[in-house]
Amino acid sequence: MKLVRLKAMAVKETLQVWRDPFSLLIALLMPLMQMLLLGYGVSLDIKHLPVCVYDREASQDSQDLLKRFQASEYFEIVQVADNYTEITTSLDRGRCVLAIVIPPDFTERLNDSGASTVQAIVDATDTNTANIAMGYAQAVVGGFSTDAQISATDAQGRPLQFIQPVDVESRVWFNEDLSSRNFIIPGIIALIMALVGAQLTSLTISREWERGTMELLVSTPVSPMEVMLGKLAPYFLIGLLDAAFCLVFGVFWFDVPFRGDVATLFLATSLFLVVVLGIGYLVSVKIKSQVGAAQMGLLLTLLPTTLLSGYAFPIDQMPPLVQGVTYLVFARYYVTALKALFLKGSGIVDLAPELLAMVAYAAVVAFLAARAFRKNLD
Amino acid sequence: MNAADAQDAPITAENLVKRFGAFTAVDHVSFRIARGEIVGFLGPNGAGKSTTIRMLCGLLRPSEGRANVAGFDIMREPERVREHIGYMSQKFSLYGDLTVAENLRFFGGLYRVPRDVLPERMHFAVEMAGLSGHEDALVSSLAGGWKQRLALGCAILHRPPILFLDEPTSGVDPESRRRFWDLIHTLSDDGVAVLVSTHYMDEAEYCNRIALIDRGRLVALDSPHALKQRSLGGTLLLIECDPIGVAIGILPKAPGVREVAAFGNSLHVLVEDADAAISALPPLLACQGVKTGRIERIAPTIEDIFVRLVGGGAASP
Repeated sequence: MKLVRLKAMAVKETLQVWRDPFSLLIALLMPLMQMLLLGYGVSLDIKHLPVCVYDREASQDSQDLLKRFQASEYFEIVQVADNYTEITTSLDRGRCVLAIVIPPDFTERLNDSGASTVQAIVDATDTNTANIAMGYAQAVVGGFSTDAQISATDAQGRPLQFIQPVDVESRVWFNEDLSSRNFIIPGIIALIMALVGAQLTSLTISREWERGTMELLVSTPVSPMEVMLGKLAPYFLIGLLDAAFCLVFGVFWFDVPFRGDVATLFLATSLFLVVVLGIGYLVSVKIKSQVGAAQMGLLLTLLPTTLLSGYAFPIDQMPPLVQGVTYLVFARYYVTALKALFLKGSGIVDLAPELLAMVAYAAVVAFLAARAFRKNLD
Repeated sequence: MNAADAQDAPITAENLVKRFGAFTAVDHVSFRIARGEIVGFLGPNGAGKSTTIRMLCGLLRPSEGRANVAGFDIMREPERVREHIGYMSQKFSLYGDLTVAENLRFFGGLYRVPRDVLPERMHFAVEMAGLSGHEDALVSSLAGGWKQRLALGCAILHRPPILFLDEPTSGVDPESRRRFWDLIHTLSDDGVAVLVSTHYMDEAEYCNRIALIDRGRLVALDSPHALKQRSLGGTLLLIECDPIGVAIGILPKAPGVREVAAFGNSLHVLVEDADAAISALPPLLACQGVKTGRIERIAPTIEDIFVRLVGGGAASP
């Protein structure tokens, strides 16, 4: 292998990327777009759920309860209904996710027996949201009933006797704000790396075939290894640059904490890039049309990264079989490492299993890619 | 083969065969090309000219046979072969999205032209291509003739002793073609062995030797002069007549006629005895309602030889 040829190859490839608006767009604008789109657009937090209320009693107590819903940041009362039909319509049309109905004998039963019921109707087409909404609703009603009990005992002149039930004092670690953005942004870096890496490289070889420059290239003494390394070097640098951009943007724009060390982040990113670029290159060698190569490249890199890496969809919530499959998805290790680096501040030692898995992956892909390109036209 | 042989005959092919499935593209072709010699591959499209050149460049593996280029076996040491050859073809181009200078620098790098001589070589290539002042122009913006000369410039940056040119001038205007051939002659004067394929019959005259290729076989290999001197087995007559289509039907059956071929709006007719034919043929044609105009002896062209050796109809006009 000769450095002169490798350098000539890398310079040529860089110039071509620089002059190709489409490649430039992917390399430079795509990371920003993805960051903004996913950073703002994808939120798994449930806040300000639209609620429809039907207060059949309209008493001091019932209004008191509803005010608690209004005050909660999880709910927002969007409609006050006068009958059940309105509630049904509202749920049907998706104007609200949750409906609260207060019965006409709410205060009466509360005073008589100390036990009353409130009806909550939830739109469970999205079961995840429905579950969380029910949980929040129970919490609001629970708060109300505790206060009601206290004031009732107080009114009867009995001394206050607290029966303290077991109270769970939970402490949230690593993502104290329970903000899904903190959880998603590190994963987006994996997504961007996969997208940029596969898209750019999947075109490098097929472009030479389609433009008819491949035959000339093959007729020169350049070796397959020089072609591969020379072609991939610029994309590797672009990938690292994009990773640095994502890190800075995530930390300073989205206020995502970064607690790990930058060196480990770039080590993991380099390994991931080797795998993604290698796959893109392999696809490009095997599929001679640019369109076909681009699609296959995405299928092999972006799709598993999106669905099976755990970047947004937690792996432990997947069926056992699919969980098993995720061990084969190289992005899984990178996403785990990214999240641990950002949120937990894990060091290189803690991440050894993930890093080693990625080293193994990178070695296999690099080996296959190096052997893929043959310098003849047969 | 020893080094001295490589000096004398930088290109040696022995019984080269290339099959694509059941189709035999190149069928037992053997030849030697000497230092400073220009050999033209002449033949119709699909005759196997490009396939032979690609095998010699190491782009395709021969199905059978051996070849030695610059002293290296093309099967065993294709990379060494590539270091000593320059290759260009009309069918593919340089990088259109790179400038003239960037293309030259790229190929200079791939051929490992020493850093200290590269500027001078690049300057030479630019001058040769007539592109002075256009070093920063994108190659895609250049006209065909310029692109061709620049491609040749890229192919000779490393001063290869051997040059393979695969239909280098097809689609290029006549003026540019002539300039291109001047360049090739300059290179051969410096000792470069040139193997060039073309389907322009007139370009054959620029070559030292011509290899006539048809359906994968090497039909003849000789100098243009010797080929023309070869006994055609008679004398060639040019006959102008009308309607020409009827004449082509009658003449082959006429006594003393060996071969008939149409060239534009006249016929080239190979006959055993010119005098007898000149007096006998016009009346014969007149019987069938064909008017005869000019009728005279002509010197055979390469095209006549080609038609004679390969059989009519195969040659491009």
